[in-house]
Amino acid sequence: MNVIEIKDLVKIYNSSEVQVKAVNGITVNFEEGEFTAVVGPSGSGKTTFLNMLGGLDRPTSGSVRIGGTEVWDLSSRKLIDFRMNNIGFVFQSYNLIPVLTAGENVEFIMHLQGRPKKERTERTKEMLEAMGIGDRIKSRPAKLSGGQQQRVAVARALASKPEFILADEPTANLDSHSTSELLELMSKMNKKYNTTFIFATHDQRVMDKARRIITIEDGKILSDEKFKR
Amino acid sequence: MLLSISWRNIWRNKVRSLVIIFSIALGIFAGVAATAFMKGLAEQRIQKVINTELSYMQIHKNGFRQNSDFKSYMPDAQNLASEIRAIPNVTGASQRIIVQSMIASAETASGVLIAGIDPELESKVTNIHDRIIEGAYFEGIKKNPVVIGKKLAEKLNVKVKSKLVITLQDTANNVISGLFRVSGIYTSNNNVYDESHIFVRYDDLLRLSALPEGVAHEIAININDNENLQTIESSVKEIASGYEVLDWKSLSPEMNYLTEAMDLYMYIFIIIILLALLFGIINTMLMVVMERTKEIGMLMAVGMNKIRIFSMVLLESILLSLTGGVVGIIIGAAFSKWRETKPIDLSAWAQGYEQLGYDAYVYTSLEPVMLVNITILVIITGVIAALYPAYKALKNDPADALRIE
Repeated sequence: MNVIEIKDLVKIYNSSEVQVKAVNGITVNFEEGEFTAVVGPSGSGKTTFLNMLGGLDRPTSGSVRIGGTEVWDLSSRKLIDFRMNNIGFVFQSYNLIPVLTAGENVEFIMHLQGRPKKERTERTKEMLEAMGIGDRIKSRPAKLSGGQQQRVAVARALASKPEFILADEPTANLDSHSTSELLELMSKMNKKYNTTFIFATHDQRVMDKARRIITIEDGKILSDEKFKR
Repeated sequence: MLLSISWRNIWRNKVRSLVIIFSIALGIFAGVAATAFMKGLAEQRIQKVINTELSYMQIHKNGFRQNSDFKSYMPDAQNLASEIRAIPNVTGASQRIIVQSMIASAETASGVLIAGIDPELESKVTNIHDRIIEGAYFEGIKKNPVVIGKKLAEKLNVKVKSKLVITLQDTANNVISGLFRVSGIYTSNNNVYDESHIFVRYDDLLRLSALPEGVAHEIAININDNENLQTIESSVKEIASGYEVLDWKSLSPEMNYLTEAMDLYMYIFIIIILLALLFGIINTMLMVVMERTKEIGMLMAVGMNKIRIFSMVLLESILLSLTGGVVGIIIGAAFSKWRETKPIDLSAWAQGYEQLGYDAYVYTSLEPVMLVNITILVIITGVIAALYPAYKALKNDPADALRIE
């Protein structure tokens, strides 16, 4: 079943002198439970593509349908709620809320969603334990290593039960040990909860784990390969 | 959770927040302390005017206050006064004969207002008897004693036991004079009053002016607490129907305006302080929002809507202002509490103050409602200070903000 259907997606940046086609007509679908890497060199348009997919950057033309909803037809207010309820984000620089503990960070989106306290507490504990950092629930991000922070970020993204998780270069700031640990955990979560993961990356280790690799260059899909792993 | 985030956000940059909190606290402390001082000054002035000059209520025949006509007396004043003394919470009622007259010493003369009083009754209404600085209150002189103010004594160049001639017109418009001797000299700390008000015994003045027995131009009433003023006033009005019954607020409207004006000035003063602080808070909140552009972008991306972003900035600004405000209020209130019993000493400038009828020692006074209102003003300042920074925060585009490294 397709979770995401993307058709003829185009993004043109107009600067005063030149017109840049960051994404130039991408059509692609993602199925439930995928573990996909979107790869390509810097400036290939993969982050722009992910931002449009994640409801953060409005495309110049084309459509993004997530779970049957035409994302870019939503009003900006509805779009925020849509993101909150359907998309989990993991960023390159972790982007945790520094004044909240690991547990509170994981709880945060569930809180925005208005989930009851009991559910939030239980799920926070479950997610952090699943990510192997159950003992750091009361630590603030500054007290955690990069790898631990990114695990909190993944736990936060998963806790809100999204349709899929978008991870933009999640391993770029991590050492190889943390990277392989994180990838292992994400792969485990992907299988356990059947949550779709989409990565933008140029990290070979991520590509090695991915079951599908979409290569983008000059805003177009160059190749789309699937692997059995 | 928003509240918790906002509160913790304040302490991310401790030095910066403490600087602004300290300046707010200082400003509010200055406001509260000045308010307590001015309020104390005004209240003392009013209390003094009530105690020495006005009393809480006065009864006159209609028109007496306008024309001061010697013939406008209340024939049944003595009985009326005893009836009023029986009202609960009334601590004294003194009937007075009031007459404009001329007082002359061997050297010079001056126009004064004479009050013919019963010293015992009068001492329960006003406190002139406590303010005798030389001689005694109607004691030491057997015949025709007079109590005069210090300023008048200086002007007439008289001492205790000096002779004075009082000249007045009786009811039949005859000019009559009487010889009096100074028994005591008082000071009310209000030079204008001291120079123009003298006291003689009711009986002496009655005899001199040939007024009938038991009459008076004025009944001054003292009560135990200003809180009871209205209830007592209505009882008095019932007993003294047909006469003009006025409380101190109507007798001396300027005193009433004094408190109102003082309150108004204090609010203006505090608003000016807050206005100055406002820009500091705006500056801090702008820095906060600019620094956290990426974080705000992330919050928007993961589902924090504009209302919540706005509330977060707003709460942070309010909490920041309120922390400083509360600290300032606590210090200000503590200062005021301390100075309620240990007055602020202005004796170095006493002469100028006393000329105006103010005391040289000021006991502060602070109303809780003032503190509540200051707190509300601080919150409003926090809200206003947050508006522009919050607007800036909302202008963030999550995709752009997240690109910031």
